[in-house]
Amino acid sequence: MNPLDIFTDYTLRTVSLGAALLGIVSGGLGSFALLRKQSLMGDAMSHAALPGIALAFLFTGSKAPLVLLLGAAIAGWLGTWFVMQVIRKTRVSQDSAMGIVLSVFFGLGLVLLTFIQKLPTASQAGLDKFLFGQAATLMEKDVITMAVLGLPALLLMGVFWKELKLLSFDREYGDTLGFAMQKMDLLLTAMLVVAIVIGLQTVGVVLMSAMVVAPAAAARQWTDRMGGMVVLASLFGAISGVSGAVLSATMENLPTGPTIVVVLSVVVFGSMIFAPRRGLLFNYVRSRRNSQRLQVRAVLEDLYMLSLQHAGEKRPHPVQTLRAMSWGHGGVERSLRELEERKWVTQLPGGWVLTTAGELQAQQHAGEEKS
Amino acid sequence: MESHANTSISGNVPAVEVNDLTVAYHEKPVLWDIDLVVPQGVLMAVVGPNGAGKTTMMKSILGLIKAAAGDVRILGEPYDQVRRRVGYVPQRGSVDWDFPTTVLDVVMMGSYGSLGWFKRPGRQQREKASAALERVGMEKFAHRQISQLSGGQQQRVFLARALLQEAEVYFMDEPFQGVDATTERAIIAILKDLRKANKTVIVVHHDLQTVPEYFDWVTLLNVRRIASGPVEEVFTDENLRAAFGGKVGFLTKHGHDEHHDASHPVSPEANVPEAGS
Repeated sequence: MNPLDIFTDYTLRTVSLGAALLGIVSGGLGSFALLRKQSLMGDAMSHAALPGIALAFLFTGSKAPLVLLLGAAIAGWLGTWFVMQVIRKTRVSQDSAMGIVLSVFFGLGLVLLTFIQKLPTASQAGLDKFLFGQAATLMEKDVITMAVLGLPALLLMGVFWKELKLLSFDREYGDTLGFAMQKMDLLLTAMLVVAIVIGLQTVGVVLMSAMVVAPAAAARQWTDRMGGMVVLASLFGAISGVSGAVLSATMENLPTGPTIVVVLSVVVFGSMIFAPRRGLLFNYVRSRRNSQRLQVRAVLEDLYMLSLQHAGEKRPHPVQTLRAMSWGHGGVERSLRELEERKWVTQLPGGWVLTTAGELQAQQHAGEEKS
Repeated sequence: MESHANTSISGNVPAVEVNDLTVAYHEKPVLWDIDLVVPQGVLMAVVGPNGAGKTTMMKSILGLIKAAAGDVRILGEPYDQVRRRVGYVPQRGSVDWDFPTTVLDVVMMGSYGSLGWFKRPGRQQREKASAALERVGMEKFAHRQISQLSGGQQQRVFLARALLQEAEVYFMDEPFQGVDATTERAIIAILKDLRKANKTVIVVHHDLQTVPEYFDWVTLLNVRRIASGPVEEVFTDENLRAAFGGKVGFLTKHGHDEHHDASHPVSPEANVPEAGS
């Protein structure tokens, strides 16, 4: 199959639609997890969901998406609840609590999965797609299930927009205003569980948390508004989801989860490097420019100090002196050339000397520093 | 609304009344049997050493920390019923200032309470927020991303947000902590305005020197309530020593002689920044 078949091929269209949907939901809701510094919660939730899937299958014998996802949601919710209880009732820290829940639930899930695979019934095969995801197995009924769960979560996010902002920015203040922040917290957690659960079949429990964290982290780089961040994170989630799912569905033996994560990594690294204001490149250029400006200024001031020591006598100073005065920082010549361009210094046979304009400029700098 | 009419008729209902308030963390009491009556229309400082429970008292009055025992009334009613008439300025360090939002947006949060669930702020709220920003001298910063603010500017944004609540009783947690002179002046001006409008303001304060200058009422706290009342009656060397132990090398009554009390050992604790008390 060719990735361009997305426009004609029915299966590919279904897969893309599903991946886009889960990208939008997990990207949007993941933004709140990121802003509340609970990104790892998604990881705990998704790993905790695995035993739920296995148990749902064991109890019902059904592989209907709604049944399995419901099992996943209950287990994911239980895991989260467990983390909250451990934090509240014991002195175990949040990261340890999440680590414990994540590994215990996931381990249990793996045991159950192995057990199921050894069962004689033939229908069990296929549950292991929940580990790393298998977009190619997405069918229309799966996508419908995802929509039925995911769209209400998005709707709730819109309805409770200002309450969620309060919860994320200043929870206690929200409490004093009379908004039940504990309830908002529970609601947001439930929505996050939904966002994770609907991606399990496509991305898998192991890597699903990337769909929650990465689009939000990338989006934060580009915008300083919560609304912009949520929209952009949804967009990044959808793009990565669709391209990852389509790539893996059109190639043999390419698990979807890892493929999506590779695409996401490109988006995240690109955002880290190239985003204006917050990006590394921008910061590098800015600090580079600043240090150049400071260096030019330092050379000018060094020349001024030298001229003061020689009581105004217009005497040239060799570049070696200036280099020694700049403590071995390079670029003295470049600074001199820049100063020469501004006509603040001139080169004489014996070295460099301040012009009258340069002297005035240096005096001005000295005045600034005193005030 | 009925209760509102009640209090304006009987103007002598205290702004805040606390009885037997006790708070404990992990079985260790941090506030012990606090009784407090704050009349309406005063500016009250809450002072005490680090770990004395100043912030805890404020938060438990506001229901943010669960009290082990005790009863709190604000304007004669349980807090739940008068929320709309109470404003709160938390410590500015309690939030993430890198949050993706603007100054105006943060100030508008002060209108959320009167909007209630679901409703979004509109033009009216935006105008009020702009006016509040003007009162704190921050109107030029309305559309700035909040991470670009200095500490003092952050404090003024929080103050503007509380002003938007149009409350009758204000609780402010360390508003003067580490702010610049402009901000300090702005806060003082606002406090005076609020007093003129017969509002009550309760301020957790750490600078003993300025208590008599800024406030007319004071509560000295150190796990227990040491004293509470008008500054000129209560803010005495004796009470301060009772609240701070022998640690006070900077008592205020003797003017600028900051270290007159050198005979008392100055504990290093006195300089340790407050750790979430």
